[in-house]
Amino acid sequence: MANLCAPAFLPRRFVLRGLACLAFAISVAPAMAQFRVEISGVGATQVPVVVARFRDEDKATQQVSSIIRADLERSGLFRNIDAPGVLDELAQPQMADWRARAADALLGGSVTRLADGRYDVRAKLWDVVKGSEIGAQNATVHPNDLRLAAHRVADYVHEKLTGEKGVFSTRIAYVAKAGKANFLLRVADSDGYDPSGKPGGEGVLNSSEPIISPTWSPDGKELAYVSFEDQKAVVYAQDMASGRRRVVANFRGSNSAPAWSPDGQTMALTLSREGGSQIYLVGRNGGTPRRLTTSSAIDTEPCFAPDGRTLYFVSDRGGSPQVYRMPAAGGAADRVTFTGSYNISPAISPDGRTMAFISRQGNTFRLHTLDLQSGAVQALTDTSDDESPSFAPNGRLIIYATRAAGRDVLMTTTLDGKIKARLASTTPDVREPVWGPYGR
Amino acid sequence: MKLIRIAHSSLLVVAASALVAGCSSVKLDDTKPPVVSKDIKDSNAGNAGATTGNAAQSQVTPVDATKNRTASDSNLPRVVYFDFDSFVVKDEFRPTIDANAKALAIDRKKKLAVEGHTDERGGSEYNLALGQKRAEAVVKSLTLLGADDKQIEAVSFGKERPAVQGSDETAWAKNRRAELVNR
Repeated sequence: MANLCAPAFLPRRFVLRGLACLAFAISVAPAMAQFRVEISGVGATQVPVVVARFRDEDKATQQVSSIIRADLERSGLFRNIDAPGVLDELAQPQMADWRARAADALLGGSVTRLADGRYDVRAKLWDVVKGSEIGAQNATVHPNDLRLAAHRVADYVHEKLTGEKGVFSTRIAYVAKAGKANFLLRVADSDGYDPSGKPGGEGVLNSSEPIISPTWSPDGKELAYVSFEDQKAVVYAQDMASGRRRVVANFRGSNSAPAWSPDGQTMALTLSREGGSQIYLVGRNGGTPRRLTTSSAIDTEPCFAPDGRTLYFVSDRGGSPQVYRMPAAGGAADRVTFTGSYNISPAISPDGRTMAFISRQGNTFRLHTLDLQSGAVQALTDTSDDESPSFAPNGRLIIYATRAAGRDVLMTTTLDGKIKARLASTTPDVREPVWGPYGR
Repeated sequence: MKLIRIAHSSLLVVAASALVAGCSSVKLDDTKPPVVSKDIKDSNAGNAGATTGNAAQSQVTPVDATKNRTASDSNLPRVVYFDFDSFVVKDEFRPTIDANAKALAIDRKKKLAVEGHTDERGGSEYNLALGQKRAEAVVKSLTLLGADDKQIEAVSFGKERPAVQGSDETAWAKNRRAELVNR
């Protein structure tokens, strides 16, 4: 594994550009990316990078270099510098020329169609400042994975230039509402596209009744969700590739709020089978539930800490909904949130240090973070209807739902709230976002 | 309508029996007429262990669960409204509870679902739990007036199925409700 602490590369203009980027906003052309990126605040820095056109990419079904460029731009951490012509991984670039264009890094490559229909994608990254090669990436992929291959190259660039693992090759799931009785559970690349390059992602479930609370299995192969297609809340798990699904919980009353354990073997969920909404554990294929909470209050929205030992959840046992935590095997709960009278929807960062949640202040519902060590609470947005926060697997971004101009939209934000991107969906209303894991 | 519901529950039975038989998953495709659900199940059972072969890593196969909603066939009063943040069945809805409880007491074969709903404010899961609490309050009132607990299922739609659109108190008041639906 790469060393995530020390960047392989320290951009020369990193600090200098900080001030220049104050209150800077860029609009990525709609044809390039579905996310509109907004950057605000002091300290936003961007690495100037050239992603040249790859040799023979115009003969392929996807424009690999433009996918990479859009990824880098959307992260808010990079600034693309235009370059004429094509540059492949075998080139001997004249670094002085690229330095003259004020680039810190240069990426070139090629896309070659093989006899069996697959594509060979090659890329090479250079440090323009030092005038040396940083490294290369090669992959042979199915045509439908060309975009994935491009996202992986973008992840490689991200990791080499910032020291942080990228999340461009991960996926997101969300629910789109296309009409009063048309609900679509969709999966998309982290840029909002499906593998064919169409915006809007791919359909997982099409229903005339609501769908809520999608959640990825830790291996990224399945989605569990709550569907109301039987006129009540039932928890299903569905294999992405085959479309086969199974009922995880369909007991008397409501079955909801599924959360996979980090090992993927069990699921915490909320059942009302014994009256009241309480938290239970079931196996990944269902079976007899084991009750975890016994309160006369509402206990819901279970969420495992990354180590699998602690379960965070929402309860109104103290008179108002607050986040609590308890041992995942069961036991006494202690309260986690204290500010405000309505704190719901906990999500724990992959390093276990930060909790994202929704807090009501007056009539506004806003995304907040809580530093679980210091107890410091921070508001990340100035919108008023935030919902459903979910961490990117590198812990650097949170995706959430909110309302803008009368529509339900999806946003991503950095943990300091300074860089936000909005998913411009093809359907009017999109909700219930959840970020998938690495390892696709 | 009734036919569709029955056919659908038989589909669930098929799915459940497949689970018992050791087949961990069954593809449900509700766009096809329910009568052919057996064929769907049979053809799928053979594929249960099939791998995706050389398909792309990004492949996603959809499930279609669109279907029509069951219509209520009774002229009994069907809706109980709630105050903000409240689960108390108000006195003005006593006649609604009374009439439905009587109908259930007269015909013990009759089944009812009580669907709890909330207004749009707040999170979907917490609202689902609030709606459940409202539904359970109505079920309790019905059983106190003679209905059998086994005849009624309390379920919730949370904020997912508002009766009216809108983001003001007029709309919210119409959405904080429990609906009594024949099963």
